[in-house]
Amino acid sequence: MARLSSPPRVTSRSTERGRPAKVTGKQRVESVVKYIFLFSALMSILIVVMIGIFTFREAIPAFREIGIIKLLTGTVWRPGQGQYGILAMIAGSGLVTLGAVIIGVPLALGCAIFLSEIAPPAVRSIVRPSIELLAGIPSVVYGLFGMVVIVPLVRNIDVPGNTGFGLLSASIVLAVMILPTISSVSEYAIRSVPKRFREGSLAMGATKWETLTNVILPGAKSGIMSAIILGLGRALGETIAMIMVIGNSVIIPFAASDNPLSIFLSRARTLTGNIAVEINYATGLHESALFATGVVLFALIMIMNSSARILIGRRKWEKK
Amino acid sequence: MGEEVNRLKLRKLQQTGAFSLLWFTGAVSVLIMLFVVGYVIMKGFAHLTPDFFTTPPRGGLSGEGGISSTIVATVYLVICTLIVATPLGISAGIFLVEYADNLKSRVIKKFVALARFGVETLAGVPSIIFGLFGYALFVTAMHFGFSILSAALAGSCLVIPVIIRTTEEALKAVPDSYRQASLAMGASRWETIRKVVLPSAVNGISTGLILSAGRIVSETAIFYVTLGGSYRTPTSIMSSGRTMALHVYYLAMETRAFDKAMATGAVLVLLIIIINLVINVISRRLSAKTGS
Repeated sequence: MARLSSPPRVTSRSTERGRPAKVTGKQRVESVVKYIFLFSALMSILIVVMIGIFTFREAIPAFREIGIIKLLTGTVWRPGQGQYGILAMIAGSGLVTLGAVIIGVPLALGCAIFLSEIAPPAVRSIVRPSIELLAGIPSVVYGLFGMVVIVPLVRNIDVPGNTGFGLLSASIVLAVMILPTISSVSEYAIRSVPKRFREGSLAMGATKWETLTNVILPGAKSGIMSAIILGLGRALGETIAMIMVIGNSVIIPFAASDNPLSIFLSRARTLTGNIAVEINYATGLHESALFATGVVLFALIMIMNSSARILIGRRKWEKK
Repeated sequence: MGEEVNRLKLRKLQQTGAFSLLWFTGAVSVLIMLFVVGYVIMKGFAHLTPDFFTTPPRGGLSGEGGISSTIVATVYLVICTLIVATPLGISAGIFLVEYADNLKSRVIKKFVALARFGVETLAGVPSIIFGLFGYALFVTAMHFGFSILSAALAGSCLVIPVIIRTTEEALKAVPDSYRQASLAMGASRWETIRKVVLPSAVNGISTGLILSAGRIVSETAIFYVTLGGSYRTPTSIMSSGRTMALHVYYLAMETRAFDKAMATGAVLVLLIIIINLVINVISRRLSAKTGS
């Protein structure tokens, strides 16, 4: 447009044709600002890439000299003698997460259903802020609470070698810590089931509870699954509270009595704890092995989070 | 007929049973909160004297002394982290809401998708990984050592996604008519953002900053591996230090001074309660304004 007619003088910026001559300064500011913002937006992906590169680069000597298979399946972690196997930590992280899920998921789902479907507004306005507050409490305070309150309670269970510090105490603490994540994401999933589904079911004569179990929960299934997976990710990533209550012994958890459940009274160490406890004094191959632990943790959590994201994106009724 | 009625009764009974169980879970979660918060505050309260706030920790293995230097370190660290993270987080949020949807260039659209992926991924990364990264890059490779600077740079990775998300939410809550009116008056996009959109989103954005300050106050793992843990009052950005949260850890794990640890924990919990209240008040005022 501007090319076709070239007016002799530009007086007002509102004349579209005259723009390029006078307003370029302003336009330049506009595009500079835009690219600064774009750059800031790309910072987050840049940080992710840098984290990947730095942890991986530091872990390369460990992968090369110890070998990935040996690192992942080795049961002995003795940095002083050059033995670096993280299987015990993988088992510790896995078991404590399992325990937290067994304790925490029913409670969290119950809360989510309660908040979204049956709680009167007044009750909701007490329960929801309580759960939000649980999410805000520092993990070191959970750890301290675990050491002072839960560990002594667990110590009362009569099994040889039980000190109270171990998987059970850690699972209880962790269950409370992942409750807010699972509860709020599932509540959102339950709420986003379209109203007409519910109305249809109720109109057919189903009770509220039947509507809930036959219509709403199946509709929110993928969202709830992703909530649980996000909770798992949080559980795997928790560090300080775990160090404080799990005992930190590098052993593959074992059952100390005839009851196989007593495996949960065993001391253990998590992947996160392994990094935090040793990184500040580790050097050489030892340090590299800790970064390799970080790579394993990072990979596990990336897998979990992306599967949660895929599940969240998948909602049957939105396809049409 | 009688059978029908009985079945209905059974179904009703089933519902009553299930619902009472759900009420129970709701009650349990409130009780857990009350128990944890109540226990820490009750146990810690006895030690919360003015002296506790104004004297530094004695150091060594005694666990004696107060928390003054840890308060200074915490405030120092929160400020430094926010200085790094706020401009980046807010401008990223502005880009994702104000620019990302009317782009013509395909390449930049790809960048936007990448940026969104980055924010989501970053929000899910566990804090010890940020710590590890900060240790490798800032403490070791860049020779910042164990310092407030290293810790603030590593800590900003944790809060950048928080700030981006709350900024996005706040900007989305500004009605489009504002933007249209401003653009129609001849203002450019940046002028519109600066003079119209941002002023109306400032409350929402500030909740993001408060939330981030809370995250830094309660974070321990990152600072455990980047801040060094010196109990002395930090004097510069290159000083080592320990935040209140870190102090709780050292007291509990190294000196076994559980009383002092509880007292420091109580201060933390009170702070978090205040932060939650402030955020709730701001967002309630916001939703009252927008009428949603």
